[in-house]
Amino acid sequence: MNRYYWILGAFAALVVLLSVGLGLNPREVPSPLVGKPAPAFSLNILDTPEKTMSPKDMQGKVWLLNVWSSWCVSCRAEHPVLVEFSKKVDVPLIGLNYKEVRGDGGFDMSKMPADEEKTLAFQRANKWLSDHGNPYKLTVMDLDGRVGIDYGVYGVPETYVIDKAGIIRMKHTGPISPEILGKKILPLLAELNK
Amino acid sequence: MIPELGNFALILAAVIALLLGTLPLIGAHNNRLAWVAVARPATSAMALLITFSFACLVHAFVNNDFSVVYVTQHSNSLLPLQYRVAAVWGGHEGSLLLWILMLAWWAFAVRMLSGQLPEIMVARVLGTLGLVAFGFLLFVLLTSNPFDRLLPGAAEGRDLNPLLQDFGLIIHPPLLYMGYVGFSVAFAFAIAALLSGQLDAAWARWSRPWTTAAWVFLTLGIAMGSWWAYYELGWGGWWFWDPVENASFLPWLVGTALVHSLAVTEKRGSFKNWTVLLAISAFSLSLLGTFLVRSGVLTSVHAFATDPTRGIFILIFLVAVIGSSLALFAWRAPKVGLGGRFSLVSRESMLLTNNVLLVVACATVLLGTLYPLLIDALALGKISVGPPYFNAVFVPVMTPLLFLMGIGPFAQWKDASIGEILRTVRWAFAAAIVVAIVVPLIYGSWHPMTALGLLLAAWIVFSGALNFTARVQKTRGGQSFIAAALKQPRSFFGMHVAHIGIAVFVVGVTMVSSYQDEKDVKMAPGDSVDVAGYHFTFNGVKAVEGPNYSAAQGDFDLSVDGKFQLKMNPEKRSYHSSSMPMTEAAIDAGLLRDVYVSLGEPIDRDKPEGEWAVRVYYKPFVDWIWGGCVLMALGGLLAMLDRRYRIKSRAASTVTIPAGSQKA
Repeated sequence: MNRYYWILGAFAALVVLLSVGLGLNPREVPSPLVGKPAPAFSLNILDTPEKTMSPKDMQGKVWLLNVWSSWCVSCRAEHPVLVEFSKKVDVPLIGLNYKEVRGDGGFDMSKMPADEEKTLAFQRANKWLSDHGNPYKLTVMDLDGRVGIDYGVYGVPETYVIDKAGIIRMKHTGPISPEILGKKILPLLAELNK
Repeated sequence: MIPELGNFALILAAVIALLLGTLPLIGAHNNRLAWVAVARPATSAMALLITFSFACLVHAFVNNDFSVVYVTQHSNSLLPLQYRVAAVWGGHEGSLLLWILMLAWWAFAVRMLSGQLPEIMVARVLGTLGLVAFGFLLFVLLTSNPFDRLLPGAAEGRDLNPLLQDFGLIIHPPLLYMGYVGFSVAFAFAIAALLSGQLDAAWARWSRPWTTAAWVFLTLGIAMGSWWAYYELGWGGWWFWDPVENASFLPWLVGTALVHSLAVTEKRGSFKNWTVLLAISAFSLSLLGTFLVRSGVLTSVHAFATDPTRGIFILIFLVAVIGSSLALFAWRAPKVGLGGRFSLVSRESMLLTNNVLLVVACATVLLGTLYPLLIDALALGKISVGPPYFNAVFVPVMTPLLFLMGIGPFAQWKDASIGEILRTVRWAFAAAIVVAIVVPLIYGSWHPMTALGLLLAAWIVFSGALNFTARVQKTRGGQSFIAAALKQPRSFFGMHVAHIGIAVFVVGVTMVSSYQDEKDVKMAPGDSVDVAGYHFTFNGVKAVEGPNYSAAQGDFDLSVDGKFQLKMNPEKRSYHSSSMPMTEAAIDAGLLRDVYVSLGEPIDRDKPEGEWAVRVYYKPFVDWIWGGCVLMALGGLLAMLDRRYRIKSRAASTVTIPAGSQKA
């Protein structure tokens, strides 16, 4: 033994750290909301802008809340999976359109009147759904992102599984792949619907 | 057929790399000269096969061979030719092949330029490089083969990520990899020295120009990446402390320390163990960087498609290479003599301080980079470490380093007088203080950090100039000053040019972070906006067609004091094969400032002739950041071209200086 062996020890510690790191997913962030009631909201519905919807309306049902936006590139990747899902599975999928206009980054919101933002947001969201297919039972519009804050949205798309009692049971950040749908979401839905 | 040939050449190269990594090393150990003699021809054969294999992949890209999976994923028949070639390293598999190509070329360069070195030494160096190459070839062949076929072939490729369709992709990765991989040569020299037990000044002299060469490439590669991010991403930033940026910066910091500590080992025979450890560390950090980028353990903007098997392979490789070399070091190091002694104030002690500071800087960056992983591994939550941490820890470590840079060149080897040095440099320091007070006032506002940055930069330049003049005067004799100046050794020029590069870099960073200005506005045709005295008038957008994209091109008039200067044409591009919109900023670069316009989105998608969101930036001295890096690289180039590496190396190979013989 000599005084140089500590270098080997330090390296071994680093290797342990890296091998543990290989098994982790840095993109997977646990939500403090899992196990808590879904935060309440009351937002305008895309198809019928004069009406609003709130999580209470879904009481007694297991449902999915999917956060999306037309400016979100990953949403486009995830969309066919959702369309397929809505055709095959009888679980209501609610869309939460998140900051349709102000999230885009290309607009100077200080110069845009509120009603102009609203018209533009509804136009853009409708166009996107007619272009790419509409898997949602309905979509609600979170123009200023306040509901997004309540739900801890930090990257679009995100998806929440909410049970019959209105408790969030799972949160997935990032696009849903067929694998995640098959291995995680569908089994959970089946269990909650028992 | 050609992709199969490429694949076959790669397999053959792996076999030869294995031979190269075993026979010469064993031969050197047992004094079997026939086995030692394998090293040179095997290196040539390996380089030839890998070059051929790489050419096969280029061929597949140039000819749009969409029956190759990798080509399909990263190219498209509409892609312009220069990007089809660069797309070869636009993804994981191909960029690894580029890595290997660079390694093979470095090994070949050592084989060609090592005529004066003892054959046994050459065999050990090339054998070590062969082992490294073997590991990477296995990695490519087993987990990331770029020649995998797609049967039946696709009609069209998915296209290269539009962000990468840029001049930057053509040169940034090759330069960066030349730097990363170049440290493998310093590493191989260190391993060879440990194996032979010949850790002496001659060894330092052999490995020094190679280390400097790698450092030059790495400097340019990092600078190029930073410049690319600046003009391509459209955010006006030049460094983001992203994990992958850090991964390239870590070997640079240690490499810089190595370049300096090799100087001590060469001139004074001291710091031998330390130098060897730095040489091992620089390459190990290059490998660690590869692991961090390719395994997906950290989130980064440089997202490669990740695959757990790849991560495991690199980790095993990491353990094999770094673990065995550190073990070899721990075993051999205690037997190495200490070399020349030196006093508390001497050039040795100053270079040692330089080394300690650089290594501390490297450790803080490494800590910040791995901290999210550590917290996650301990199940303490998810965090990210951003610029505030790095800026807060980096500046205090760099400040004394930059101060020292002004004094160091004045200090004599072995023993120097601090009083004498301070007397010599006092006017340089006074002049630097004047600059630090006056220049910020000219620019309109005085902040301590701005003054500090300018103080350091001016200090480096003034003290450097003083040191240069003093040395020329001393060696002048009867000649004119210019004639005497031109006779100074290139390495002396190199040191000062590189140090002035640092000063120029510091000026750029200080000025841009103190005085930059930006505006984010909505503009209709005819509107205008002012930033820092620059007047931009928006004349609307027109549609333009590129080879594989269509774009809205903005038309801006830039004027100063009512006088028209030039037109600026930023673009918003949409590439046909991917719907991702891309921003091409228009930049008017200048010696003292850049002005920068980038187009956001039309306010109303259906009315591109109407209002647009526009960002305009004023960036004072921003080009000095990269200009400084170019000067650093130029300094390195001068240093490695010093005459003594060509003349004395012959003498050094015949009269080997035994370890520890240079005791004062």
